[in-house]
Amino acid sequence: MEPTSTADRSGAITRTTTSGKDAWYPEGKRDGFILRQLVTKDFKLKYRRSVLGIAWSVLNPLMMMIIMAAVFTRMMGRADESIPNFPLYIIIGNTAFNLMSDATSKGLMSIIDASPLLKKVKINRWVFPVQKVLFSVVNYAFSLIAVIAVMIFFRFAPSVYALYVIPGLFFLALFCIGLSLFLSCAAVFFRDVIHLWSVFLTAWTYVTPLFYSIKILPEWMQALEMFNPMYLYVTYLRDALLFQQAPSLELTLGCAAFAFGMLIVGYVVFRRHESKFILYI
Amino acid sequence: MGEKDGREAVIVADDVTMIFNIASERFNSLKEYFIAFMRHELRFKEFRALKNISFEVKRGEAFGLVGTNGSGKSTMLKIIAGVLDASEGSCTVTGTIAPLIELGAGFDPELTARENIYLNGALLGYRKEFIDERFDDIVDFAELADFMDMPLKNYSSGMVARIAFAIATITEPDILIVDETLSVGDFLFQQKCERRINELIASENVTVLLVSHSIELVERMCDRVAWIEKGDLRMLGPCAEVCEAYKHYQN
Repeated sequence: MEPTSTADRSGAITRTTTSGKDAWYPEGKRDGFILRQLVTKDFKLKYRRSVLGIAWSVLNPLMMMIIMAAVFTRMMGRADESIPNFPLYIIIGNTAFNLMSDATSKGLMSIIDASPLLKKVKINRWVFPVQKVLFSVVNYAFSLIAVIAVMIFFRFAPSVYALYVIPGLFFLALFCIGLSLFLSCAAVFFRDVIHLWSVFLTAWTYVTPLFYSIKILPEWMQALEMFNPMYLYVTYLRDALLFQQAPSLELTLGCAAFAFGMLIVGYVVFRRHESKFILYI
Repeated sequence: MGEKDGREAVIVADDVTMIFNIASERFNSLKEYFIAFMRHELRFKEFRALKNISFEVKRGEAFGLVGTNGSGKSTMLKIIAGVLDASEGSCTVTGTIAPLIELGAGFDPELTARENIYLNGALLGYRKEFIDERFDDIVDFAELADFMDMPLKNYSSGMVARIAFAIATITEPDILIVDETLSVGDFLFQQKCERRINELIASENVTVLLVSHSIELVERMCDRVAWIEKGDLRMLGPCAEVCEAYKHYQN
C-alpha cells in the first residue's frame, strides 16, 4: 500500500499531465483529504432535501432552549441568583452537551458502519471515529450562532472572555475523540455497548447541571460534580460566555486532564485492538 | 512467462497460515461472554482457513486466484490487501494497491455519482488534484456522463461497477485487484474492462490479481494461476495447466 516515490519509476505511459503513477498522497498525508470528504458527506446528507437546510443547526438548539427555559425557569431559575441570564445558561450547557452526545453516539457506530470498506481497503481506522467528532464540532460551530442570537436578543454584550470558547471547545473535542475511539472499539467486540450507551447518556444528561444550578444539589453531589468532565466543560464555556470571567486554573487543569487522559486511554485501547476488528465486523 | 522471471516480486506470500477461532465469533454480548468465561467454556475451536501458502507474483504479471466457494480465496485476498494480518508467516506487498469498491463500501447511495467519485478517490488515497484532473476521463470511461448528478441509489449495480472500475484503473497502480465486483457489468462493459486490464498488463508496470469464479475469464487473462482448495495451495503454475486441472476437479 505504501506508494514509493516517483523517482524510481520510469517509463510510465501517460496521456495527461499527472502520471497515473503519481495519483496517491504519500502515506500519512491522505487522512486529511479523507476526513474532509467524510465530514462533507455527512453534512450534505444531514441537510439534503430539507427546506431550511443548514438553518436547522441554528434553529434546533434555539427551539430546545425556548422549551427548556419555559419549563425550568420557574422551577430552577430562581434558585441561583448568580446566574445572570437563565436561557443563556441553558443554551450554552445544552449545545456543549449535545456536541458530546452526538459525537459519541455517532462515533460509537463508526467502525461497525465502515465495515464493508475496512474489509477491502487498507485505511487508517481511526479516521472514522475522529471524523464523527469533527462533524459534531462543525455542527456545534453553527449552534454557536444560536447562542449569539440569544445574547443579542437579551442585549447581553459579550466580552473578551468569549475567546475562552476556543480552548474550551478544543478540550471538549479531544475528550470526545478519546471517548469515541474507546466506544467504537468496544462496540465492535460487544454490541451491548450500543444499547448501554444511550441509557448512559440519558443518565449523564440529568446528573450534569444543564438546566438547573449546581447549588440545588446536596453538598456531596456538588463535590462529585468535580469529577464529571461534562460539568467541567460546560462550566468552562459558561465562564467564557455567560459569567464573563477567566476560567479558574483549577477548572482549566481539570478540563485539560480529562481531555488528554481520555484521548490517551481511547488511543491506546483502539490501537491495541484495531487489528482484530476485521474478525468481528 | 519466462521473460518475467527476472523481475522484482511485488507480492510475496511466505508460508501464510490463517487461523480463525470459530467460537470467538459467537460472543456478541457481554452477558454471553461472562457466562462462558465463568463456566470456563472459553476454549476455541480452531479453523485453518489457509495452510502454509507460499507464492510470489512478479511485476507486470496477470495472476489468477481460483478455488471453490469457501476455499480461502477471499481470506488470501484480504491478507494481500493488508486488511487482515496472517496468523503465521508473512505477506509482503510492494507498491500501491487499487481494489474495486462495491456499493456500500466507500460509495454512499444518497450522494450523487460526482460526489461519490471524490469520496471514493479520497478513501483510496488519491490526491484531490489528481481526481480534479482526471474526472472527465473517469466519467468517459464509465460512459455515464449524463448521470453524474443523480444519486447513486438510482443506479443499477452494473452502473456502480462501471464507476468503481473507472476509478480504480484511472491510476496506474502497482497492483490492481479485480474480483467479482466486475461481473455485474454488461458484456460490452466487461469487454471494455478486459481491454483496459490488458492495456495495464501490457504496460508491464501493473500487476493484475484476478479473483473470479469465471474460469474462462481467468484462462483468457492470466499468465499464472494459484488454485487454493480448502485452505491448501493445491496447484501453482502456468495458467493453462492449472485451469485444466481445476476444471477437471469441478467435474
